[in-house]
Order: sequence, then structure tokens, then C-alpha cells
Amino acid sequence: MKTALTIENLSFAYGKKKALDDVSFSINRGECTLLLGPNGAGKSTLFSLITRLYDSREGNINLCGFDIKKQSREALGRLGVVFQQTTLDMDLTVLQNLHYHAALHGIARKVANQRIQEELERLNMYERRKEKVRQLNGGHKRRVEIARALLHKPSLLLLDEPTVGLDVPSRKSIVEHVHQLANDNQLAVLWATHLIDEIYPDDSLLVLHQGQIKARGSIPSILKSSNTETVSDAFYQLTQGASA
Amino acid sequence: MILMHFWRAMWGIVGRELLRFLKQKERFVSALVRPLIWLFVFAAGFRAALGLAITPPYETYILYEVYITPGLVGMIQLFNGMQSSLSMVYDREMGSMRILMVCPLPRWFLLISKLIAGTAVSILQVYVFLSIAWFYDIQAPLLGYLWLLPALILCGLMLGALGLLLSSFIKQLENFAGVMNFVIFPLFFMSTALYPLWKMKESSTLLHDLALYNPFSQAVELIRFALYGQFNQYAFIYTLVAFLVFMSAAIIGYNPSKGMMTRKGGK
Repeated sequence: MKTALTIENLSFAYGKKKALDDVSFSINRGECTLLLGPNGAGKSTLFSLITRLYDSREGNINLCGFDIKKQSREALGRLGVVFQQTTLDMDLTVLQNLHYHAALHGIARKVANQRIQEELERLNMYERRKEKVRQLNGGHKRRVEIARALLHKPSLLLLDEPTVGLDVPSRKSIVEHVHQLANDNQLAVLWATHLIDEIYPDDSLLVLHQGQIKARGSIPSILKSSNTETVSDAFYQLTQGASA
Repeated sequence: MILMHFWRAMWGIVGRELLRFLKQKERFVSALVRPLIWLFVFAAGFRAALGLAITPPYETYILYEVYITPGLVGMIQLFNGMQSSLSMVYDREMGSMRILMVCPLPRWFLLISKLIAGTAVSILQVYVFLSIAWFYDIQAPLLGYLWLLPALILCGLMLGALGLLLSSFIKQLENFAGVMNFVIFPLFFMSTALYPLWKMKESSTLLHDLALYNPFSQAVELIRFALYGQFNQYAFIYTLVAFLVFMSAAIIGYNPSKGMMTRKGGK
């Protein structure tokens, strides 16, 4: 199946305040989609709904052909997530954290060892596998989280502002790595960010504002439809000056 | 295949909890210090003030330290159940709970696994406490320590489920501290952990009735009888029913379409 994520007519409200209003879009395998939106646009709510932390009552979320509500086990098994806040256990080592995740996904110890080595080597973290997470810097913690999100070989990778608070070299390395993953592994990526410089020319953009999708497509198509020359200008215009 | 997934996940959760407990040495020590102070200081001081009649499961007059020991075992499990819920509130607030919640397993299974993990930790603490008590001359029949295990499992599950239920209603860690005071202390002091029921009746019928229907009292009695190789059927059924009620309510509380998440939002 080519489509990794399909969202149809998704709405969600906190009491009377609408957080998402009739949102529909899809992401194909190998496609890296950057989700842009000012604070309060509904990005975190959208992620909470895709990961089933919240339950939607209006609309459908389909992951690789599996409905997130009716077939949540199959759907969530195809999803890798890197949350905005670190979700690693600081008191455990890198290896123990990764084994815990592998166990949650039912991966046998032998297979888990092999995959952990592969993913950590790819991120140049294998040498540090026996260190406590607490001893790692922010960029290295993020790398471990990305390795963890890929252990069960997901079809869709969700990243919720994973580079917030990192220095420039760490950010650059993570951005490069994720784009490479999308290309090499045919992984669908949905990346929420505030940082325009994380966008690559081939990426798809999704602009969310006040719970609604304001634009969706390739960079040239969005620039054309918004009649602007840069992504920053297009974003400013589409969100009517709301700060990113 | 699915069963293997469940099995691996459960061991993953239990293993992580045990690892965390062993690595957090302060937690291990403080979990032991609390009941030991009660035993060495409080019980020793009250030994002379409180006379105890012969009541089952005891077959002779006993020292107050002997009477209070099953109550302190219950106390370890009560605090551990609450602490493990406290860690869930913390994990949820800090984000690491999300990793558990987005894994491809049903919520009820994840909660039960967390509960089993917390119970395993509490049993470890109890046996270390009882080993120290043994050297303080508080010695139950050897077989009693074996009979105690199933009782500890059930009581640990019941108290952990109560903690889970509470944590499902609490959005922030600060609120949890208040609930601890309103839950732990009443549960502990209005129970048979420190004084037998008949003694409470002498001072207040209301206190006696509250202690009688307090599920923690029944858990303590189940432990007390098991430690002396006896089975308290009423306490067993009461504790089992309390566990099922608390657990069902906690599962509803953590269900994204029915519990906590619905209260957070949703249309």
C-alpha cells in the first residue's frame, strides 16, 4: 500500500473550543511532510489523535489501511513516534530503554539486539549504548529516541518538534538523517516544526492554522498559490501574521 | 504470536520497574525505613500501653510488635501502590507514559502489567522487611512466609489498582500530594493495621464500622492470617471484590474514549 496515513474530516474540540476543524490529508510512503503552524494551531492535538492518546468522535484516521479506532493494535504497530518532550527513562541505559521499547512491540530478544545495533550504528550511538540516558546531551537523547521509534520498523514516523532546544549541528544531523530515512526506507514522515530552515526542497508542506488546513502540497505549488517567493512569506500570509 | 507479544511486553514492563527500583537506592531504603521506624519506635513505645487479648489467628498472648507487623506489611504495599501511581502521574506529565500508551497493546493489558510490576516491587520490599523483623524476634511459622505470597499478590494488586484509579483522575502531580493525605492516612489509621477491631469498638462504634468496611483492613487481615498459615475467607473475598471494582474503574478512567482523555477534550 502506497498511502501510509489518511485522515478524513477529522474534528476535535476542547469543550466548546474547536482545536481541529474538518481536517483531511494523506501521506504516502517515502514522503516527508512538514507540518507548520503557529502555537495553538492544533498540531499537538492532531498528533495526540493519530497516536490515540485522544479519541476522536468525528472523522477517520487510517494508518496503512487500518482504522486507528477499530484496528488500533495493527495501526499503532506501524507507527513510530518522537514526542516533543523526552520520553526516555533517565535512570536506565540506552540499551535498557531500547529493549523496553522492543518488548512493548513484542520483538524477540535476539531480533531486538540486532535491530538496536543497526539503528544505533546508523546514528553513531552504538558506542554509548551502556551509558545512562541522563549522561547524554540533548542531541544524543534525540538520536536515541529516533532509533527507538524505528526499532519496530514503522511505516509512518511522527516527529513533534524534535529539534527544539538543540544546537545547530545536532539539528542539522537529525534533519538530514530523517530525510535520508524517508528516501532509503520508503518511510512516511510527518514532522511538526516551527523552523523553516528544516524544510528540504522536495518536502511536502502542510500549513495548519486555527484547526484548519490552510495549504497542502509541494513547496512550488504553495508558493504559487499564495503568490509569494519564500516559504516564510507564504507561511506568514497563510496564517495572517500569527507568529510561528 | 499475539500471546508472545503480550508475554514479552508484560516482562518488559515488570523488568523495567524492577530495574528502576534497584537503581533508585534511596527509594529502596526509604521504603524500608518507614515501616521499621513504626516497628522499632512506635510499636516498642506502645507495647506497654496497649494490651492485646487472644484473637485469631494468634493462639496466645502476643506482643504489640507482633500484632502490628502484618499492618506494616500492608503499609508497605499501600505506600508502594500509591508511589507507583505517583510515578504514573509523573510519567504522564513528563511524557514517558506516552510511549507505553502508544504501543500496540490494549490499555487494560498495559495497566494490568503496570500493576503486576508495582506488586512485584512491593513483594520484594515486604520480604526484606520481614527478614529484618525476623532478627528482631518477630517470627511467624516458616510455612507462613510461603502462604503469605498469594495474599501479598492479591493485596498488592488491590492497593495498586486503587492507586491507578486515583491517578486516572489526577491531571497534575501537585494534586496528587493532596490526595495522598486524604487517602493514605485515613485508609491506614482507620484500619486494623494498628489496633484490633474490638479495641476500636470500645472507643467509637463509628470508627469500628469504618475500619470494618475499609478494604485496607481486609487486606491486612488477609495478610495477618496468611502469615500464620490460615485462610481468612471473608477478607479474601472482600479484597478480591475491591480489586475488581478498583481495576475496572481504573481501566475506564484510562480509556481514551471514556475516561481521563474525554475530560481533557473531545467532541
